[in-house]
Amino acid sequence: MSTQRQMRLMSPTGHLGFTPIERGSFEIGLRHEPDAIVADSGSCDIGPYPLGSDQPHSPREWQMHDIELIVRGARELGIPAIIGSASDTGTDRGVDDYVAMVREVVERERLGPVRVAAIYSEIDRELLRGLIRDGVEIAGLNGRPPLDEATLDRTDRIVGVMGAEPIIDALDAGAEIIITGRASDSAIFAAPALRAGYPKALAYCLGKLLECASFCAEPYMGKETVIGTITDEELILEPMHPGQRCTPASVAGHAMYERIDPFTETVSAGSLDLRGIRYEAIDERRTRVTGPRFIDAPRPTIKLEGAGKVGERALAIMGIRDPITLSYLDEVIAFARRKVEERFGPPGQPGGYELFYHVFGRNGVMGYLEPTPEVVGHEVGVVVEAVAPTRVMADEIAALGSRNMFYARLPVVKGTAGGASFFSDEVLAARPGYQWTVAHVLPVDDPRELFRTRLLTVGG
Amino acid sequence: MAGETGTTMKLRDMATTIRSKNAGVDHVTFDIIFREPRYYEAAKRSEALTPQRIAELYRIPVEDVVSFVAFDPAQAIKFTIRRRRPAGSPGEPDTFGSQMYPPLFGIEIAVDDAD
Repeated sequence: MSTQRQMRLMSPTGHLGFTPIERGSFEIGLRHEPDAIVADSGSCDIGPYPLGSDQPHSPREWQMHDIELIVRGARELGIPAIIGSASDTGTDRGVDDYVAMVREVVERERLGPVRVAAIYSEIDRELLRGLIRDGVEIAGLNGRPPLDEATLDRTDRIVGVMGAEPIIDALDAGAEIIITGRASDSAIFAAPALRAGYPKALAYCLGKLLECASFCAEPYMGKETVIGTITDEELILEPMHPGQRCTPASVAGHAMYERIDPFTETVSAGSLDLRGIRYEAIDERRTRVTGPRFIDAPRPTIKLEGAGKVGERALAIMGIRDPITLSYLDEVIAFARRKVEERFGPPGQPGGYELFYHVFGRNGVMGYLEPTPEVVGHEVGVVVEAVAPTRVMADEIAALGSRNMFYARLPVVKGTAGGASFFSDEVLAARPGYQWTVAHVLPVDDPRELFRTRLLTVGG
Repeated sequence: MAGETGTTMKLRDMATTIRSKNAGVDHVTFDIIFREPRYYEAAKRSEALTPQRIAELYRIPVEDVVSFVAFDPAQAIKFTIRRRRPAGSPGEPDTFGSQMYPPLFGIEIAVDDAD
């Protein structure tokens, strides 16, 4: 065993910048001689707004905090660092922002010269329109219909999700720090292992298990470093936080996290099959993983993610305490909706508005999925959400939709000076509403297609 | 039925983890993870934990329960439902899908005393 070759990948965070990396276990990780530091910075969980509007979802200071730790650590040890899905969404702006932060750290701390690769993954809407017109079928995921031009018209920004291939190319080109656009979580970890010739199944499986760092360990902790070791036969997972353990149960539990199918993980080049996977405890803190398979796709694919603006959005927040009003809550909301309709017509028309009542204390958390949408407490909080083509109209609808709860006419009213309490009688400007418009798969001849790499030297 | 001769337990007292989270932009996936093998086996064979019962609990058509599997390596039951609109759309509740699991707590599972 001791002569067997191995590669050790260090995973310090499941979402770079979302909350800062914990320094303690990161420093311990550096002392465990990793061969690369790899961190994913992206997520669809944050909703469609950051991609559609091309805004970072995390504060720049936290992104900088994490990038600084990783760049400094990687330079001290002389190992590569790979950061995937820059700035939450992996847009070109996100890649450029992260490259600028890397440059800032390298120059400030005199860590250069460093060879940096920026891999871009934004995809031009018009390029996809051309493919659709040429008859290429861009299949929908999750039961969505194939991508059509009308959907493209509703889309503001699209990224392609890269596999390991463009990252391997960047490593071949001598890149020491790689910042990627949108990338599969598992691929950014698989890339250095694949380049070194480790088996595909183990390489992608390692990425799958390490992508959320300490989420594969127990007890539950975020932002703590984990190290994964790959050999030609097995994977070994070990947490760096002294209070955490990677157990067969914690690692297996993570393998199915955030996925519909716990047995399969699809990437550009094919899919990982976890049916035959085995988890064994090596000791109290380390788990050995064997038995994943990788099935090459007959043709590579690139997953597409796209978001488009739905409208301007405004919110109003109010509460209701009167038990009589509460017992007529649906009528109160219906009254307020009618007053909005009198002025703006029915909701949901093309180019029109939408109005939502989120009633916390009844079903504000789960909405239409709430099994018991009843008020059992003595008060509810109501968030009125208006979406409309213009900000002026959204503001007006949120105001009408909330103030008319105050004026609701009911069969029995004792409190004739207002049927609702305003947290503050104001309409709050919310971020515009966006929607995930594209969740599709594009067949390609080469998994490198559509991704563009720029090599540069910083701190020279 | 089993419940008449044996004992029933609530899912919250049997599972070590009950969670929900987005699985992509159109779905919410639920994981119910057991440490006790006999509880896992009881949940696996239970008629109270099926796609039909989940659809009834969440008041959605059974076709919207798009997947329901037992995952032996983690001693887990995992199912996934389709959202009405993609996560984070205006009007759509719970952007991360992370608070959709509590209704599962009260599901009664028949546990065979002889196990």
